[in-house]
This record gives sequence, structure tokens and C-alpha cells, in this order.
Amino acid sequence: MFEMGGAVSFLDRSHTIAGPGFSRWMVPPAALCVHLCIGQAYAFSVFNLPMTRLVGITQSAPNDWTLPELGWIFSIAIFFLGVSSAIFGRWVEEGGPRRAMFTAALCWAGGFFASAVGVYIHNLWVIYLGYGVLGGIALGIGYISPVSTLIRWFPDRPGMATGMAIMGFGGGAFIASPLSVWLMSKFSTSTHVGVAETFIVLGVVYFIFMIVGSIIVRVPAPGWKPVGYTPPAEASKLITKNDVFVYDALKTPQFWLIWWILCLNVTAGIGVLGQASAMSQEMFPGKVSVVAAAGFVGLMSLFNMGGRFFWASTSDYIGRKNTYFVFMVLGFLMYCTVPYTGQIGSVVAFVCCFLVIISMYGGGFATVPAYLKDMFGTRYVGAIHGLLLTAWSMAGIFGPVLVNYIREYNVTHGVPKAQAYNVTMYIMAGLLVIGFFCNLLVKAVHHRFHMRPDHDAEMAQAAVGAAGEPAGA
Amino acid sequence: MTSQNYEGTKAWHLALAWAWVGIPLTLGVVQTLINAMKLFQ
Repeated sequence: MFEMGGAVSFLDRSHTIAGPGFSRWMVPPAALCVHLCIGQAYAFSVFNLPMTRLVGITQSAPNDWTLPELGWIFSIAIFFLGVSSAIFGRWVEEGGPRRAMFTAALCWAGGFFASAVGVYIHNLWVIYLGYGVLGGIALGIGYISPVSTLIRWFPDRPGMATGMAIMGFGGGAFIASPLSVWLMSKFSTSTHVGVAETFIVLGVVYFIFMIVGSIIVRVPAPGWKPVGYTPPAEASKLITKNDVFVYDALKTPQFWLIWWILCLNVTAGIGVLGQASAMSQEMFPGKVSVVAAAGFVGLMSLFNMGGRFFWASTSDYIGRKNTYFVFMVLGFLMYCTVPYTGQIGSVVAFVCCFLVIISMYGGGFATVPAYLKDMFGTRYVGAIHGLLLTAWSMAGIFGPVLVNYIREYNVTHGVPKAQAYNVTMYIMAGLLVIGFFCNLLVKAVHHRFHMRPDHDAEMAQAAVGAAGEPAGA
Repeated sequence: MTSQNYEGTKAWHLALAWAWVGIPLTLGVVQTLINAMKLFQ
């Protein structure tokens, strides 16, 4: 007979400990099952236009939703990604990856089902709550859940391991975009756009995919290490062998320096990612068509995904700090070169600059978990990573605002459209200079922040003491 | 199933797990590459 208690305990960390003979190469596909699904968020824009004509069908009716109203769905989801990863990070870390991945699957599918209801009854607030809030929570929990598990399975190559998973987040849009368009074409009729049905199918497919990931994921047994791997006797000063408690990490300058490094790197990339199509056409009028610009955006997505794996893997060899130095220096040079490519009219040079920039944007996301592991140890790296992702939420607001408003200001003040982005490029380069100095200041965490061996016993005693105190004490 | 009676990973487990995520990802990447080629036309 099916027992609820058995099903719940199946999700426990203790039930995910790998037995002898388990191959660690099963864990990256488990992580990809989640990241490929939640990466759909990058492709949500394919629903924007169809959702502006849910009433009018062939064209927008007066009571149809507008694009700015629909744009909030993605913004709310990214905001709740940062919030939920910060709030639930410790729960994810202590409860284990299976429970977190299962929860993320429920929230992600639930977000799609709620959004389908929102489309059906034509209530945008239901979609804000469904895809925005519930889906955003799934994004946060799902994003961080497999990362610390992979770091523990691959102590010899932590950058490569997390790069593989986070590459999946970049690649999720490649699957979601054509799949969504195809499903909408199948469900649409002369009186119906087919968005609600597409949401339901996507919810079911993603739920199955993510559940498979939660079933096959395992954590290594205590003391496990890869065959033939011996931790270096004299590790680098910037790679700790100690652990830092999640909330103690917030008290260290290292956490906030890395927070700013990520925020600045993402701000520099995310602004141009959203404007790449318009920018390429405006900087090279008559040379880049709408179709070619769409191809450019596709190419950027590929480099965004590939950069995650390439740069995170490279960081295993050159070190995390040096990898971020490369991002800042190379990014600075690229951003300073972009206005020059416009002056000389070289589309090839322009495209090359942005492909390098966007590969480092993805690389910044993928390398940061290993940077945190080097600084704060593996014990709470998932929870600390969750707190750090608030930098992403912040950058998600600043980046597009910087690019859009400065361009708008320039155009209204008579600057030709072809040169309207120049100031923005120099500002982005300036942000990377600040990032360079933040990275320069990163040193090893002071030993007073390291967890003591009796930390767990102290925590347990504190919990018992708190439970035993009278109410209101 | 608990981890205690786990017998170890077989090659086909690995192949199946990687195919499960690899096939859709490859299809998506190929589709995106085809679209990206329009930049050079």
C-alpha cells in the first residue's frame, strides 16, 4: 500500500545518499533536467504577442493586454528568483537536492497551470501570481538546488560541474522557444490563440522532466572522494578547506565583493542582451536587416550558453579570481571597441565583440558558485549562492534601464541613432573597471568566520533551548 | 528504494540519462544555429 510517510521520506537527504558504485556522471543530467526546464524563462517572450490578442485573435482588441503589462510577468519571476533563492537557500541545503528539485517541479508546473487559468478567465493578476510568483519561486529553488550537489561530486572540477548545470539554464530557451511556437500553432483556431493549452502541456512536460531529475539525483556519502583524487596538500590561499556558516558569510567583505562583481558583470551583459537586435540595426543602418538581427540574437544565445561551460571549466585551471580578471579586462576592451566598430562600419567586428561579451556574461553566472566554494567551503555553498543571486535581481533592473534610458536621452537630444549607444558602452566599460577593483580586493576569508568543529552541537543545543523556553520569553 | 540496496550505475543508465537531456538540447541548439545562419545570408 502506498504510504504518504514513505513518499515524504523518499525526498529526504538521507534517502539520496549514493551507494557504492554510483557514477557521479549521473548527477549532471539530473541537474540539467531541472535547469533545462526553468531556463524556459528566457523564452517567455514568445508568448507576449499571442497574449496581446487573446480577445481580438487576429489583432489586439481594446480590452486585450498590452506588451508593457505582459512584460511585468518576466520581471516578477526574476525578482522572485532572487528572493526565493535567498530565503530558501538554507532549507535547500539542509533538506537535500531531491526535496528541493521536487518542490521546484511542483511550483514550476503549478505556475504554468495557474497561468493557463489566468489566460482562460482573462485575468492578468492570476498570471502574475502563477508564472510570476510561483514560477519565480521555482526558478530560485530549482536554480540553486543541484549546484552544491555537483560541487561535492566534483571536488576536482567544481567549475566544470556547475558550468554544465548552469549551461542548461541558458539552453532551456532553445528548447522552449520552438516547442512553444509549435504547440501554439497546433492549438490555435480561428477563434482561439492556443496559449492556455500550451501552458498546460508545458506544465505537464516540465513536471515529468524535473521529477526524473529529482529521482536520479544523489548526494555523495560522507567522506567520499573521486577515485585517484587527492586534495592538494598545499592549496592556494584563495581555496579554503574550512566552511563558513551561511549567515556568517554575510558578515564577510568577500561575500559583498563577489556580490558586486556578479552584479556589475551581469548589469554589463543583460542590458545589451535585451537590446542586441535593435542596437545592431540602428548602429548599422541598411547593413543589418531584421532577419539578420534575429540571427545575431540566436548566435548570442549560443555564446551565452557555451560561455557558461567554457569559462567555468577554464576557471578550474586558471583560478576563479583570474577568470573574473579576464572578464573585467576583456569586457572593458570589448565595450570600448564597440563604438569604433560603428565608426568604421564593421559588422563582423561588432558581432565578434558582443559574442565575447555575452560569453563572459554567461561565464560570470557559471563561475560564481565555484568562487563561493573556494571562499566559504562546500557546507553552505548552495545557501550562500542563493543569497548572492539577489545581485542578479538588482542587475536585471539596472542593466536594461541603463541601456534604454541613456539611448532615449541621447536620441531626444539630437544624437544620431547610430551613435546613441556609445555613451552606454563607455558606462558599461566603467562598471567593469569597478568590478576589476572589487575582484582585486578579494582575499581569503578571516579564520574567525570559519565554522568550529562543535558548531553543529551548539546549533542543536540552541534549538533545544529555544524550544524549551516559555512562550513570550 | 533506498541507497542501501543500490547496485551501482550501469552503462545504459548513464546513456539513458544523458540522452534524456542531450537529445532535446541538441535539437534546440541545431534549430537556433539554423536561425543564426541568417546573419550571414
